[in-house]
Amino acid sequence: MIRDMTLGQYYPVDSVIHKLDPRVKLSATFIYITALFLFRGLAGFALVTAVLFYVIHLSKIPFGYIVKGLKTVVTLLLITVVFNLLFTSTGTEYWHWGPFHLTSTGIINAVLMSVRLGYLVIGTSVMTLTTTPNALTDGLEKSLSCLNRIHVPVHELAMMMSVALRFIPILIEETDRIMKAQTARGADFEKGNIVRRAKNMIPVLVPLFVSAFRRADDLALAMESRCYTGGEGRTKMKPLKYGKNDRKAYLAVIVFFILVIVFRIML
Amino acid sequence: MASIILDKIDFTYSSGTVHEMQALKNINLQIGEGEFIGIIGRTGSGKSTLVQLFNGLLKAGNGHIYVDGEDIYDDDYDMKKLRCKVGLVFQYPDHQLFAATNFEDVCFGPKNQGLGKKEAELRAFEALRNVGFPEELFYQPPFELSGGQKRRVAIAGVLAMKPEVLILDEPTAGLDPAGRDEILGLLSRMRSELGITVILVSHSMEDVAEYVERMIVLDNGEILFDAPPREVFSHHRSLEEIGLAAPEVAYLMEELAKSGMPVKPGAVTVQEAAQEIISAICKIP
Ligand SMILES: Nc1ncnc2c1ncn2[C@@H]1O[C@H](COP(=O)(O)OP(=O)(O)O)[C@@H](O)[C@H]1O
Ligand SMILES: [Mg+2]
Repeated sequence: MIRDMTLGQYYPVDSVIHKLDPRVKLSATFIYITALFLFRGLAGFALVTAVLFYVIHLSKIPFGYIVKGLKTVVTLLLITVVFNLLFTSTGTEYWHWGPFHLTSTGIINAVLMSVRLGYLVIGTSVMTLTTTPNALTDGLEKSLSCLNRIHVPVHELAMMMSVALRFIPILIEETDRIMKAQTARGADFEKGNIVRRAKNMIPVLVPLFVSAFRRADDLALAMESRCYTGGEGRTKMKPLKYGKNDRKAYLAVIVFFILVIVFRIML
Repeated sequence: MASIILDKIDFTYSSGTVHEMQALKNINLQIGEGEFIGIIGRTGSGKSTLVQLFNGLLKAGNGHIYVDGEDIYDDDYDMKKLRCKVGLVFQYPDHQLFAATNFEDVCFGPKNQGLGKKEAELRAFEALRNVGFPEELFYQPPFELSGGQKRRVAIAGVLAMKPEVLILDEPTAGLDPAGRDEILGLLSRMRSELGITVILVSHSMEDVAEYVERMIVLDNGEILFDAPPREVFSHHRSLEEIGLAAPEVAYLMEELAKSGMPVKPGAVTVQEAAQEIISAICKIP
């Protein structure tokens, strides 16, 4: 039932991209998104496309699997396209009816926006598919550790995030089990109007909350009994260290970004 | 009374994804009225998956299931009726107890069946009495009970629906030996008093050997043995290979037989073994 839901989950295969340091992937994703809103012209478009597809190829994730992630933004994409198509009034006009126009600029804008949105979603899902949630929070913690100086509790925030991420699949599984247990007692979660349905969820929500609180309690106790006192003075079992591939990747990202800017200015 | 037939059942979790996992392979089973069955296998062998097929919570990828001669995968089959007929108690009572009082919780099933308040309460009362739940705890919240009492309420919650087949997934998990014997004894008694079919799931042979009449041993999603306990235990070598152990007495009796004592090595319980040994000693001139 619920378990089949995918939440941009990690896709376990062995590839160069998977092995990169999470910090590299985080900053590369950030730069790629910036580039998506900076590029101009066919050359720029060709560049961002080529880079995206090359990275997907390197990551060994089936293309169909990534495209599936686009499904969630299809509606947003369609709305953007329709608005850009019909409400842009500058450029050469091909057709118009009442407030609606179809112009050359409109078409270009529509294509550009859908490319940007689509690539943005694909780009970020390549990151989440190739990085475990734990590595991701580790990377975030390390990258943001400079904020410690202005008293932002970076470690605590990262710890909260990784605990939350860790618990999502557990709670989903638990919900599934509880729903099954109540279904076995004749509960029906599909019948009735909204009020009725909300009421029907009580037999699921009560055990779920009870168990979530118990788990939180147990975890806090387990952490405390292992002398967890927060980030200060805490070392990592697997400290993040840059390797040769990471340096190469940084170089590639920088070259890519310079090219995007050069294309934007020159062409 | 209900009979269940499984015909060439396959089941795969997350079919068609990277996480694909075949949990059951070519399962053929016939379960008659009033049987007392133990489904045994080590963790991950597919026991829980199998019992969820019985009441339609999971749907097999291949094969058919017939309950009382009707195919439960027919489009017009009434699943709700099936769940009343085949009651399933899950492993963790915490997953189903939700109401403010134990009594109210047990009423949940009968109310879902469409019974009126009066009748639902009558059923709940009867069910709680049947599982030997102390009356002074009827109107207490379920969250404060001990593990064994929680399990009783959970069993009562399903029993109140008057199922013809009662399936219990690991009903003894997490209980101490006394609690375990109480629950198993209770089930055994209910089965003879109410005349229902009882199916017990367990990862421990020793636990259920005394009680059940038929044992289905699962390994890696396949049925390895389907026979009375003593026959299953005679294969204790292959049981060991799949990570299960026959009861200690089975080993003892085998050793005795090997050393020349005239005992039959089929004993399952300590009592049986004692009897066997005594009569063997009497036979020695
Ligand atoms: N909801 C699920 N999704 C995916 N795989 C599952 C799910 N439930 C169980 N499995 C897998 O199916 C196999 C059989 O599990 P299960 O029937 O729970 O075994 P048992 O009850 O004998 O321990 C196990 O390998 C388990 O990991
Ligand atoms: Mg199980």
